[in-house]
Amino acid sequence: MNLKLTVNGQVHDVSVPDDMPLLWALRDVLGLTGTKFGCGMAQCGACTVLVDGSPVRSCVRPAAAFAGRAITTIEGLSAQGDHPVQRAWTEVDVVQCGYCQSGQILAAVALLAAKPRPTDDDIDAAMSGNLCRCGTYQRIRAAVHRAAELQAAAAPAATGRS
Amino acid sequence: MPRAMGSGGLSRRAFLETGAVVGGGLLVGFFVPAGMRRFAFAQGAPAKPPALPPANAFLRIGSDESVTVLLAHSEMGQGIWTTLPMLINEELDADWGRFHVEHAPAAAAYHHTVFPIQMTGGSTTTWSEFDRYRQVGAVTRALLIAAAAAQWGVAPGECRTAKGFVLCDPGARKASYGSLAAAAAKLPQPASVALKPPGDWKVIGTPTRRLDTPEKITGRAVFGLDVRLPGMLTAVVAHSPTFGGKVKRFDPAAARAVPGVRAVFEVPSGVAVAADHFWAAKCGRDALRIDWDPGPHAGLDTAELVESSRRQAQSAGAVAVAAGDVERALAAAPLTAEYAVPFLAHAPMEPLNCTVRRAAGSCEVWTGTQFQTVDQGRVATILGIPPDLVEIHTTFLGGGFGRRANIASDFVAEAAHVAKGLDRPVKVVWTRDDDIRGGYYRPLAVHRLEAALDPAGRAPLAWRQRIVTSSIVAGSPFASMIKDGIDPTCVEGAADSPYVTGIPNHRVELHAVDTGVPVLWWRSVGHSHTAFVVESFVDELAHAAKRDPLVFRRALLVKSPRVWQVLELAAAKAGWGSPVPPGRGRGLAVHESFGSIVAYVAEVAVEEGQIRVHRVTAAIDCGICVNPLGVRAQVESGLAFGLGAALHSELTMKEGRVVESNFHDYQVLRLHEMPRVDVHVVRSRERAGGAGEPGTPPIAPAVANAVFALTGQRLRRLPLRLA
Repeated sequence: MNLKLTVNGQVHDVSVPDDMPLLWALRDVLGLTGTKFGCGMAQCGACTVLVDGSPVRSCVRPAAAFAGRAITTIEGLSAQGDHPVQRAWTEVDVVQCGYCQSGQILAAVALLAAKPRPTDDDIDAAMSGNLCRCGTYQRIRAAVHRAAELQAAAAPAATGRS
Repeated sequence: MPRAMGSGGLSRRAFLETGAVVGGGLLVGFFVPAGMRRFAFAQGAPAKPPALPPANAFLRIGSDESVTVLLAHSEMGQGIWTTLPMLINEELDADWGRFHVEHAPAAAAYHHTVFPIQMTGGSTTTWSEFDRYRQVGAVTRALLIAAAAAQWGVAPGECRTAKGFVLCDPGARKASYGSLAAAAAKLPQPASVALKPPGDWKVIGTPTRRLDTPEKITGRAVFGLDVRLPGMLTAVVAHSPTFGGKVKRFDPAAARAVPGVRAVFEVPSGVAVAADHFWAAKCGRDALRIDWDPGPHAGLDTAELVESSRRQAQSAGAVAVAAGDVERALAAAPLTAEYAVPFLAHAPMEPLNCTVRRAAGSCEVWTGTQFQTVDQGRVATILGIPPDLVEIHTTFLGGGFGRRANIASDFVAEAAHVAKGLDRPVKVVWTRDDDIRGGYYRPLAVHRLEAALDPAGRAPLAWRQRIVTSSIVAGSPFASMIKDGIDPTCVEGAADSPYVTGIPNHRVELHAVDTGVPVLWWRSVGHSHTAFVVESFVDELAHAAKRDPLVFRRALLVKSPRVWQVLELAAAKAGWGSPVPPGRGRGLAVHESFGSIVAYVAEVAVEEGQIRVHRVTAAIDCGICVNPLGVRAQVESGLAFGLGAALHSELTMKEGRVVESNFHDYQVLRLHEMPRVDVHVVRSRERAGGAGEPGTPPIAPAVANAVFALTGQRLRRLPLRLA
């Protein structure tokens, strides 16, 4: 079927099978390979993208379901790789093999949008669906807290609650 | 990179010229003495220096001041992308901000300094490259200084370097490395270089952030699965549901009817479906009808395998180590225990994949591999071309853990077979189900332990351990590792345990069984089960002797002061001996593997019937620590890998089929289960050891020992399950 996908602010006309998950439309049709395939059944979070700001497992839902929605992939998170979450990931030296990190970062972005000052429990609840076989979890947790600080410093008016 | 680089057929001068043309700047190539060979286990130093390796290039200085390091090893998360450049820059003195890193092509020049293949594994990279990469830096710096000195008409000894510049203080002259690279490349190589004494090190030992972070946080990093070539198809292969099964017949019609499917054909490992994209290939495979000959292992059942292994452990096996008279010492009422661990999949986050592009008489391969030249040789054999015409492009590895160091090159060989059936480039992709059910597991193992305490009931007098498990290397080109019937990967961590060998009467025996299940090295290999068993049973003996587990171990480790110091450090930092918070239990374990020692003190609770690890205090002695930040990361990583296996992971087989298939039933550690981990790195000038694996073995016993302290339940099977 033909549909319009809005990815990272750009509208793409794509022709894909009706049942093709968004993940494969992004990777194999649009060539946006930053979004990763890990399990194909929404168990690992490697395929996480943001749809209208909310985290979505792109491996299980067809691309057709997202026509007209605003899809953000890791490639579109920031022009220079300097989103507060990316800066925090750099400072804390989170990554190891790096394969899961696109999904981890986007899950963290969504969490921080919903809860600008998350607790450890908030992080556990929001990010336990994102697997990392390298076990970077402790640093992910530290980096989410650090990103919250960076985000608050960058936009003090926007955080309001504190 | 031109093929010439990997072919080894060019003279060094020609290679330098080629590099100069290709690099845009100047390539500095040089001889590097294989100095690390003196570290090759117990073989001792060679009588004379080995023949110098062929012209090789580990470093390229661009006229734009870029410093490009070629890695002879694969970056799979362990941080070697940063560690090896650090070793170079300890001597080179270039601007760290200018460093770029690339994986080297597959070529003899990049062989491991100890093993005659290009590989990454066994936690060997840092120590095996400790001299070679420093020498690379030192030689290059000497050449740059020589070039500057010649330009200025001064003696090299009057020059110094600072952050990418050569300086000569008389006359206040200064030239950048980039501006000197062309002249430096034309100079003769120095016959030898002096490396800095440790007291002068500025880079080694300095916590340094990773160089691969920018591409890994932006989606730009290219993993094997991300490779895209013009005209490329994507293929999946239907594998036999039983190990050793074969295709009897298949009906491709329904698969061919799926839009986008281009070809359906048999390959040695099953039936390949190649399509325009992954989704069509996968749908095509789902539509396939295949009649399988289940082969000789259709009755495989892991519960039965454990039982048969237990029976086998009643009889004597091949002797791995023995001393004293174990029979006599065990004659009266020994303490006895049986331990068991399951098959485990590595389950790296990036599913296995490999891309192959054939041309007339040659081919290119893109994959995340730990075994470049092994894979190269296998592809060459399959395609009937010389190995040096198989160009291997190593991508980032989305985790390796040993799975991508496959003796049979399984996923690479499969891609070569699929490529043979097509006239277009093809990327062969494994799904997660393919990965979990596709074999090459950490072997299942059963251990039977018997021990006796001395008449005072204070210290162990005898220890007998019978291990029933599968050899990883039997029947393979690595079978020469087997000595006197013992595959060391089955008994490492037990036969050489300081606890075991320190007991006056001891004996470790092995029954190596061929179950038909393909097995492989899984992060920490044999140590992944021997540490659990040895450290748990030592703990049992401590409690039998009614002694504090730490005090009991101290007596056993008298002759292993380095091991003891690491355990003592972890215990002190954890507050061993201080009151345990209510509802918590503390346990400890220490284990040496891959040249390093790691100790853990785990603090656990039981919450909603589940074991919950709240805190782990860790200590590591890895000898000289090149990058403390990276070593800490590897301890956390190894711990998490081992903790997932300790708490959750298990592969079972019924009627020859693997029951589990994906992360919903093959569970690994998740973020909310990660304990707080404090890592203490011992300051040491001992020879560098490994970091990638040593963090894995001691976590399961530390947790099991803590569970015993808390609940009185001695859990002797992994994953740990409370009664």
